[in-house]
Formats: sequence, C-alpha cells, structure tokens
Amino acid sequence: MINLPILPILIPLAAAIVLIFLSKSVSAQRIVSVIASTATVISAIIVMAKVKSDGIQTVDMGSWPAPFGITLVSDMLSILLVLTASVITLCVVLYSFRSIGSGRENFYYYPIVQFLLLGVNGSFTTGDIFNLFVFFEIMLMSSYVLIVIGGTKIQLRESIKYILVNVISSAIFVIAVGFLYSVTGSLNMAHISVRISEIGSEPIITVLAVLFLIVFGLKGAIFPLYFWLPGSYAAPPAPILALFGSLLTKVGIYAILRTYTLFFYHDQPFTHDILSMLALLTIVAGVIGALAYRDVKQILIYNIIIAVGILLFGIATMTEESIAGTVFYLIHDMIIKAGLFLLGGIMIYIAGTSNLNKMGGLIRQYPSLGWTFLLASFALAGIPPLSGFTGKLLIVRSGFAESEYVGSIIVLLSSLAVLYSVINLFMAVFWKTPETPLPDVKKRTGLLFVPAAALVVLSVLYGVGTEAVYPYVMQAVDALIQPEIYIDAVLKE
Amino acid sequence: MEILMCMIAGLLFAAAVYLMLSKSLLRIIIGTGLLSHGTHLMLLTMGGLKTGTVPVLGENAAAYTDPIPQALILTAIVISFGVTAVFLVIAYRAYQELGTDNMDQLRGTESDD
Repeated sequence: MINLPILPILIPLAAAIVLIFLSKSVSAQRIVSVIASTATVISAIIVMAKVKSDGIQTVDMGSWPAPFGITLVSDMLSILLVLTASVITLCVVLYSFRSIGSGRENFYYYPIVQFLLLGVNGSFTTGDIFNLFVFFEIMLMSSYVLIVIGGTKIQLRESIKYILVNVISSAIFVIAVGFLYSVTGSLNMAHISVRISEIGSEPIITVLAVLFLIVFGLKGAIFPLYFWLPGSYAAPPAPILALFGSLLTKVGIYAILRTYTLFFYHDQPFTHDILSMLALLTIVAGVIGALAYRDVKQILIYNIIIAVGILLFGIATMTEESIAGTVFYLIHDMIIKAGLFLLGGIMIYIAGTSNLNKMGGLIRQYPSLGWTFLLASFALAGIPPLSGFTGKLLIVRSGFAESEYVGSIIVLLSSLAVLYSVINLFMAVFWKTPETPLPDVKKRTGLLFVPAAALVVLSVLYGVGTEAVYPYVMQAVDALIQPEIYIDAVLKE
Repeated sequence: MEILMCMIAGLLFAAAVYLMLSKSLLRIIIGTGLLSHGTHLMLLTMGGLKTGTVPVLGENAAAYTDPIPQALILTAIVISFGVTAVFLVIAYRAYQELGTDNMDQLRGTESDD
C-alpha cells in the first residue's frame, strides 16, 4: 500500500498553513503559492500514472481497514478531476498576481485559494460519504471567504445569500447521510453500494436518491435550484469567479455522478427520469439567461448552467457511451470555463465595465485576446476538432441510441444557443464601434493573458489529442459502469 | 423514544424555517443555528437510542450504543459552529457597510452594481 493519493490533498493543506504565516510578505506568498500549486499538479500526474498502470489506489487512514475507517480512493475519474482542478488553480494563481489587488493579497487570498483546492481535491478523492461532507464544508468555508474578500458592497450583499443557501444544503446533506447510515449501517461508499444492492429497490432508497439530488443539485446549480448562482457568482472579481465557475459546481456534478452510478442505479426508471427531466429544464433555463443578458459575466455564468444540464443529461442516459461523454465533457468544461472567465476578466479590466452596451472595438488594440476568446468560444460550443465536441457527440449519440430524442435534440439546439450567445459577446466586445473612442494608450495585459491563453491551449490540445486521452477516460468509465471494480478495490475482496 | 426525538427535530426545523423566512438578518442566522440543532438531533436518533451501554467493547460485549452517529455529530457541530461564526461576522460587516439588515433592501438589481 502506498500513500500517494493523499499528496494532492496534503500539499495544499501544508502550503495554506505556511502561507498564513507569510501574510506580511506578498512576494513570498506568491512564490510559495506557485511552488505548492505546481507540486500539486506533479503529484496528481504521478498518482494518475500509478492508477493507469496498477488500477484503483486506496489509502486506509490510520490503517483502519475499510469499511471501518476513512478510506481515500483514487480511481481514474477522481484523479483526472484532481489533476484538472490543480492545473486550473495554478493558472488562476498566476493570473491573480496582476488582477486581484494588494488589498486582497495582504488579507489571506492565497492561503484561502489553497484551502479551496484542498476541499475540492478531497471531495474528488474521498471514499467515505461523511468525509465527503467534511471536504464539501472545507471547500464551502473557503468559498465564503473568497466571495466576500475585498468587502465591496455588492460582495457583502451577495455573500449573505450564498452562505444561507449553502448552510441549508449542508443541513440537508447531514440529514441525508444520517438516513443513509440508518438504512445501510455504513459510511464507506463501496460498502454502502454493497448494502444497497442487498436491499434492492426499496422506496426508502429512492427517497434517499432524491434527497441527495437536492443536496448536490444545490451545489451543482441544477433547475430549479440554480436561482442563487447568477447573483452570487457575479459579485467577486474574475480570478475568484473562474475558480468558482470551473470547480465548485463541478464538485456537485461529480457527487451526483458518483452517487448515481454507485448507490442509486437500482430504480433507474424513476430516479434517472427525474434526472433527465431536470437536466433538460436546466439547459433551457440556462439558455434563456445566456441569451437575455447584456453583461459579460452574466452570459458566461449562464453558460455554466447550460453545461451542468448537458452533463446531467449524460448521467441520466446512463449507458457506457453517455458516461464516457459526461467524463469527457466534465473535464473539457472545467478547463474551458476557467479560460473563458479569465479572458472575460481581461476584457472587463480593459473596458472598465462588464456591460456589453458600453464596450466595443477591442480587436484593434488587442487582436490576440480577441482571437483567443473566439477560439475558446468555439471550443465551448463544441465545434470539431475542439474539446467540447467529443463529449457532446458521445452524449447525443447515446441519447439517440436510447430513444431519448427530445433530450438529444435539446442538447444539440443548446449548442447553437451557446454559440450564438458567445459570438454575440465577441461581436459586442471586439467588433462593434465603441460609444466613446478607446484611449490610445494600451493597457498592459501580457501577464494576465498568458495563464488564460494557457488554459485555452490546453483545451485545444485536449480536443485534438482525444485519441491519447481516450484510454484514461475509458478506465474511469469502466469503474463507473461496473461498480464491482470500485467495490473490489476498496474492500479488497 | 425515537419518535419523540424525531418530533423534537421536526419542531426545531419548523422554527428554523419560520425564522429563516423573516426579513431580519439576525433572525435568519438564529434560524440556521436551530436548523443545525435539528439536524444533529436527527443524526443522533438515526443511530438508535437507548440500545445499551457505553461503546467500550470487550471480548463478549452484549449491548453497546453505536458510536458512529456521536462521532458524526461532533464533527457536524464543530463545522456548524464555525459557519455560524463566519456568518455572524459577515452579517455584522454587511450591516456596517450597507446600513441595513432588512433582506428586502439587500435584494439588489443590476442597475446598482
């Protein structure tokens, strides 16, 4: 047994503790942050190589054998998401140097980002349902601080609603875990899966499935539980928004994916129909928002909701192909959303506003920014050979194969709406003649542009190199479609 | 006994929902406190009550209480304590900056961003 899977959790924790003591020196904080984030990425790559060659890695905390102790489980899905999250955090940290401002840097911005990464990586890795709650709380606690750091009026106003919604959803989470424990008598996710298959499709299991859907739906912003998201996410500055938009909602989606493939796959006609219905409503609601707003942040935020709907539809279809599409699309969406939000942040920084009606004409002075944004927009909409294409293709094709015609067509149409909304954004910000002529002095955006462009390039490589990524994704899908693989690895039967 | 505890938890929930639906920020925070109390009672009940003695197991332990819900509650209480503290601080700061604790006036529209 090796302890490798704990490294992507341990490194951010250690870094965050060190960073708290360095709060006086901003440059020291920056150096430590970059070193720690890079180390997290490297450790995630090492674990991924290990999982690829030797199968699922588990660590029993305190050497209490599963299912009695807390077990950390790195299967391919977990480690792929951990790697993606760590890369995004590295880029966001680099981007923050120029954009977050010395006020926030002096008040524990960097340690909190590391704590957030700790919570996210922990949620992806843990194999214990209560431990998942604890890592969720670490992540949420960091996000409470990040959403309010800087203390502007709009941030204070929105953070209150954000905290309230999440406190309530945490309470429901604890209750759901309590119910699950009283039914199955275990907290280890693999063990719960075994116990639930012994019970079969009792009504109480379906009730639990819906309870967990409410909890994770609140975090993952599915219809009708997404109401808090557009307001809250618009409050903090771009780098924090990029972290939230690419990581937090995706943790909710990961939790739905995990629980609905490991626990609640016995009563699929009921649970997965609800899921599919909500997925389509989520897509429609997101499309309406994305088309209605004339604001950079809001358009991109509603695109998060559309992506959540597409991912949920993939989970609801629940065939090998659709799950593969979901995993492909999940990783794609994390990378491209972070890239888009960072690029959007640069656009807001240049124009001094996020209102589309007051922007325009940036292509003359910032051509590279414009074309990178266009490329990212195409990737988001899923134009081949860019990264959104593979995932969407697999999801739609499996939808048609399962005779889910309405859903598949809505997913396809949503791509058009996504394309329209981001091209609209591109036209308004870059092509349109501005109301007031732009100043001749170009603002320096080089250091902001590099990390954002790196994410877009990564997304393009992910799309072009699908063939190379494919075996990794399929290994993740195997463990999701056949829960026995996951269970055997954890319980070592 | 379990049914009684469930009813108490339900009462706490009802009170919490009532408080959280009010307009004053402080009442809302107290509501979240009650909500977590109700949750913890529920969690304790889920392990079964009065089933035996302390969970110190010997070779032939016949009766013992399930220790896991108690461990879970301990964790959950600490977390909700921390969250309530953060919430109170942010609410106080928001009251100072925005000059109101009435949720109606904290609604916010795009025009005032």
